[in-house]
Amino acid sequence: MGAINKKGRQTFIFADPPYITSWASIVGPKEGEGPWSSDFDQILPDYLWEEDSWEKTESKMLREAAKLAISKQGLQTSDIELMVAGDLLNQITSSNYAAREIGVPFLGLYGACSTMAESLLVGAAIVDGGYCERVLAATSSHHYSAERQYRSPVEHGVQRAPSSQWTATAAGAVILQKGGSGPRVSCATVGKVIDMGQTDIANMGAAMAPAAVDTIKAHFEDTGRPHDYYDLVVTGDLAAVGLSLARELFVKVGLVPSPNFSDCGVLLYDGLQGVDSGGSGCGCSACMLTGPFLRKVAGGEMKNILLVSTGALMSPTTTFQKESIPAVAHAVAIENI
Amino acid sequence: MGNNPEELLKTAEQEEYHHLVNRVKPKPPLLKNCIWAFVVGGLICVVGQIIMGFFINLGYSRQDAVSLESVSMVFLGALFTGLGIYDKLGEKAGAGSIVPITGFANSIVAPAMEFKREGYIFGVGAKIFSIAGPTLLFGFTASVLIGLAKLVIMSM
Repeated sequence: MGAINKKGRQTFIFADPPYITSWASIVGPKEGEGPWSSDFDQILPDYLWEEDSWEKTESKMLREAAKLAISKQGLQTSDIELMVAGDLLNQITSSNYAAREIGVPFLGLYGACSTMAESLLVGAAIVDGGYCERVLAATSSHHYSAERQYRSPVEHGVQRAPSSQWTATAAGAVILQKGGSGPRVSCATVGKVIDMGQTDIANMGAAMAPAAVDTIKAHFEDTGRPHDYYDLVVTGDLAAVGLSLARELFVKVGLVPSPNFSDCGVLLYDGLQGVDSGGSGCGCSACMLTGPFLRKVAGGEMKNILLVSTGALMSPTTTFQKESIPAVAHAVAIENI
Repeated sequence: MGNNPEELLKTAEQEEYHHLVNRVKPKPPLLKNCIWAFVVGGLICVVGQIIMGFFINLGYSRQDAVSLESVSMVFLGALFTGLGIYDKLGEKAGAGSIVPITGFANSIVAPAMEFKREGYIFGVGAKIFSIAGPTLLFGFTASVLIGLAKLVIMSM
């Protein structure tokens, strides 16, 4: 007996691919100075946005991005049947507190920076499975709330390693719906947790690259799609170091995604913004998806993309206990069908 | 852990990957970092020297002037942390701004500022020494041990 909507080892094929009918992005000042400023719905003037802590700001960003996606489609929050969301903070509080305000049934997810793909995947499966007609998938990250949780206090004067990444201040939300118009989620590959023994938290791209390659390889094997099927295969936040490693690993496994393979962490900022290896965080792939990518797919500039959000699954506690960094990557195919 | 083939293969794969990472990973610009650390660390010491000279000129003994200088440098380190300047300096200077006593002030004031939002007891109070704590603990321990050693040696 095999599951009817699963192909290969780990890929869900959606029988009636859910539509992404609306989406919204809110980004911080630094992200707004990058190359995609005109693609984001809202760029914050500062990192607090009239709140008194970064945690509150992050939750507000997620909540407002969700509300914006809802209102763009002319809907009320009560029209949403289910919200699936997650973020980087302990106990995913940004999502929990945003869900408290939005007031619809809620499933919290934790996939570290892979949450955009994970929430899309879970949301699409629920819509296609007939359990809901309209699901909101969202995630967020905030540079300073992540810094204080994972690294050192912001005002502490320490040097950043050239391989370190900059957690994006960004939130993204999409509405998945049965029927409608817009790009569709045709299939998704659930990633395995891969750990190649990396321990350097200033080099997360190196920890995550093997997971990304494993998931992308599984996706092409499971679906049987040719390696040049997608206009863009884009990972979540490998950044420059991780992307170079992924390219090497692809050669090793005999698969080279073409014509375009890139990474949201590399694309989000331009080289002069002092982000070292590049961007990271849940918001990194979330704002690139809900900013430029969905606009380009909806507008026909690209016919399809494979979004592979990548997450490093360690915590400060496991780091101090000298555990290596496990990572996961989930792939979601978004197409104009 | 053991000698089963799967474990060995996994270890070999991880080792190979580790080599690849080391090859691809950008190296920190050592020479540039050293020059920055030398210049900034040196300038902080020059400021300290000027302050010490100032107190000596006021008529303080050398020993008192040294103490007053340390206090002043800690104040300046705290002030520039509060103004949001010290962390920017630290990004460039590295050890140059961590090693002097101003860096010690920075490592206490930074968490104090950061955790003010969690209140004065469980925020500032509990977290203020989260970075400087080890320095204080092992510094005090070392000073006590050296003091005891001195006592033993002098009495012999």
